[in-house]
Amino acid sequence: MDAAIRIENLHKAFGSTRALDGLDLDVRVGEVHGLLGPNGAGKSTTIRVLLGLLRADSGVAELLGGDPWQDVESLHRRLAYVPGEVMLWPNLTGGEVIDLMGRLRGGLNPKRRADLLERFELDPTKKSRAYSKGNRQKVALIAALSSDVELLLLDEPTAGLDPLMDSIFRECLKELRAQGKTALLASHILSEVEALADRVSIIKSGRRVDVGSLADMRHLARVTITADLLGKPTGLSSLAGIHEMTTTGQHVEFVVDPEELNVALAALATIGVANLTSHPPTLEELFLRHYSEGEAVSDKGKRKAKAVKG
Amino acid sequence: MRSLVGTRALIRLALRRDRILLPAFLVIVVGMVASGTQATIAFYPNLQSRIEAATVVNTTSSTLAMFGPIHDVTSLGAVSVFKLGMMGLIAIAILAARLVVRHTRAEEETGRLEMIGATVVGRRAPLTAALVVAGGMSIVTGGAAALGLVAAGLPREGSAILGAGFAALGLACAAIGALTAQVTMSARAAAGMATGAIGVFYLVRAIADAGPDGNLAWLSWASPIGWYQQTRPYAGNRWWPLALPLVLAVVMLVVAYAAAARRDFAAGLLADKSGRATASPSLATPLALAWRLQRGSFFIWASSFLVVGAVIGGITSSVSGFLDSPPVQDLMRRFGGVENVTDAFLSVELGMMAVVVTVYGMQAAMRLRAEETGLRAEPMLATPVTRIPWVWSHLTIALAGSAALMAIAGLSAGLTSAAQVDIPHQFWRVVEAAIIQVPAIWVVIGIGIAAFGLAPRLVIAGWVALVFFVLLGEFGPLFRLDQWLMNLSPYAHTPRMPGGHLTTGPLVWLIGIAAALIAAGLVGFRRRDLD
Repeated sequence: MDAAIRIENLHKAFGSTRALDGLDLDVRVGEVHGLLGPNGAGKSTTIRVLLGLLRADSGVAELLGGDPWQDVESLHRRLAYVPGEVMLWPNLTGGEVIDLMGRLRGGLNPKRRADLLERFELDPTKKSRAYSKGNRQKVALIAALSSDVELLLLDEPTAGLDPLMDSIFRECLKELRAQGKTALLASHILSEVEALADRVSIIKSGRRVDVGSLADMRHLARVTITADLLGKPTGLSSLAGIHEMTTTGQHVEFVVDPEELNVALAALATIGVANLTSHPPTLEELFLRHYSEGEAVSDKGKRKAKAVKG
Repeated sequence: MRSLVGTRALIRLALRRDRILLPAFLVIVVGMVASGTQATIAFYPNLQSRIEAATVVNTTSSTLAMFGPIHDVTSLGAVSVFKLGMMGLIAIAILAARLVVRHTRAEEETGRLEMIGATVVGRRAPLTAALVVAGGMSIVTGGAAALGLVAAGLPREGSAILGAGFAALGLACAAIGALTAQVTMSARAAAGMATGAIGVFYLVRAIADAGPDGNLAWLSWASPIGWYQQTRPYAGNRWWPLALPLVLAVVMLVVAYAAAARRDFAAGLLADKSGRATASPSLATPLALAWRLQRGSFFIWASSFLVVGAVIGGITSSVSGFLDSPPVQDLMRRFGGVENVTDAFLSVELGMMAVVVTVYGMQAAMRLRAEETGLRAEPMLATPVTRIPWVWSHLTIALAGSAALMAIAGLSAGLTSAAQVDIPHQFWRVVEAAIIQVPAIWVVIGIGIAAFGLAPRLVIAGWVALVFFVLLGEFGPLFRLDQWLMNLSPYAHTPRMPGGHLTTGPLVWLIGIAAALIAAGLVGFRRRDLD
């Protein structure tokens, strides 16, 4: 079995709001899978269905080969969850919460716990109500990362962490991936997903609009070219596959469809090239492209979806 | 005055949040006091019947302990409001204190106030706004109650004194809430401290009013609720004791504002100590967590019931002193045909305790909903803990805790009572009478759990049911309601003990109904989405 998570045509509505509207998602064992989308796209709803906290209206949701609504106990032994908004019991200390969550999950690794406390610089003797948002987040992260599980469900896990702690979280996740663990990382922080995820699903209004490794997505997406030419860039803009061209004297900038790249470069070479840079699209560009397409059509749906968290 | 910038906006926000609570409270309190008074007036058509009834009240320890004496047995007003007035007063006092905590410390704890604090809001604005809302509520409710009493046919001056007494105690308790909100870091603790203070006021005056031969009457001056009684509405109409709660309010406010100015945002005067770096080995199950979260509250309740039980058991002998008084015997017979006055007294008192213990049990059970909406259930249920065991964690505390509280009250009352009266096996009789109240308590908790599982938005149904049953028990006979309606209350079905016959039938039924309600709640919760 190589699918850790398999979701097909999943629907979930809250009243008249369609939070998940035919979502597909597949996460392979051993990968870090980025679930990318803005607030209200359906990320948290997806994770809460996978945790058996919400019951899907229709569609297939399969987690580690089991049914997330039915097989709660056996599945939850094999996973750990970090919510985006961590609320703790105010009169328990951080250390107590970490231990409690670990024991409920069936035990935690004391060495790893001590190591993580040190790396995240968390004082475990403080009462939870005295923790800042970032420190509460650390408690949840340490509790999840110090138990020995196959799958991590992470819902915007770095919200409230400072950049230093953020990078420690990234290190930890990379270590776990090296050990063969699987993670679903819901986020709207593109750099985080770009740095960690093997594959990415972009979701919009409860539906997946794109999926693949970043390399695949880039491969299919337009390349940006900036060049200083030796002559006037005549006739370039009329070539098939070249878009958004701007010209300043002999300096040109444009994007080109990947399959027309050869033709475009040949045309540039004919004019003569003094200097040329090309870069593949960033995740941000990919993301924004999906979200600017059909903006007018989906605006209403998006606003509705915003009423529901994640 | 810059520190008050934004007060008006915060008052509007508070009124918007409480737009149902405040009017509903006003209608219920004023309606209860006014209509109850009207019904009581009809109950005692002539002077003779009034004097008789008032004499019974003034010579019965249980009613003295609960509602205090009637200072003028001939006064229509005094006879008709002594009971309802006390109940309305307590309701206003508790709401005033809790309102202030709700709009200050609770907002601070959840971080919402921080969001507001970052806008143009002065340092003293949140506390001031909360006090204006709570104080306003007290004054409006007091004023409306006075008008309602005049409308019910009572004299104007007495009604005005009573309304002013309501308002003055409300202001004092709002100020107490303001102070406790500065002292602790948790809203739960702040509200608990303020409510506890009101409980102490009530207990002190109960001891003063019911003490043997009235030689503890001076204690009445040590309690703000006693100060209200000293205004003697319709029975002398004294205005000057009203100054006492107002002075208390001013003192509390000065201290509260000083504390608010000195402390940091979200900090309390009682700083949190650091705790354990690792959890104790026992903290490994949902039930262990529920006990950890609720044990503090349980111990406070348990110690209160130890004291209250001892006090009630301790005054049983002074009750039997009134055995010779024919009106008392007559009244006691009406309480359910129990001949022995001591038994009747204990039976009524234990019944009252059962209602109060239900408040504890409901609060403990409804912790489930608080955990859910506070997003603390979600991480628990993401572990191998499934839903049913999770519900049972807090539910066990509620069911076992309420049974334990009744047992503690029974043991304590049994000990002091057995030391005072010469009835064979008195200790066990009292303990038994306390324990048999438990099934009725469980039924009401069951209603709360059923609502939690099946209709979480209507989770308040459990509390509504409790209030409804109490009103049925208190006012059903007064309004001459049909027996079937009064039989809706589970409290109507517990055998009258001690002294009555122990019939197990109703108890088995009550336990069965409680079990069915809990089962319905569990099934509902197993099937529904988590909020």
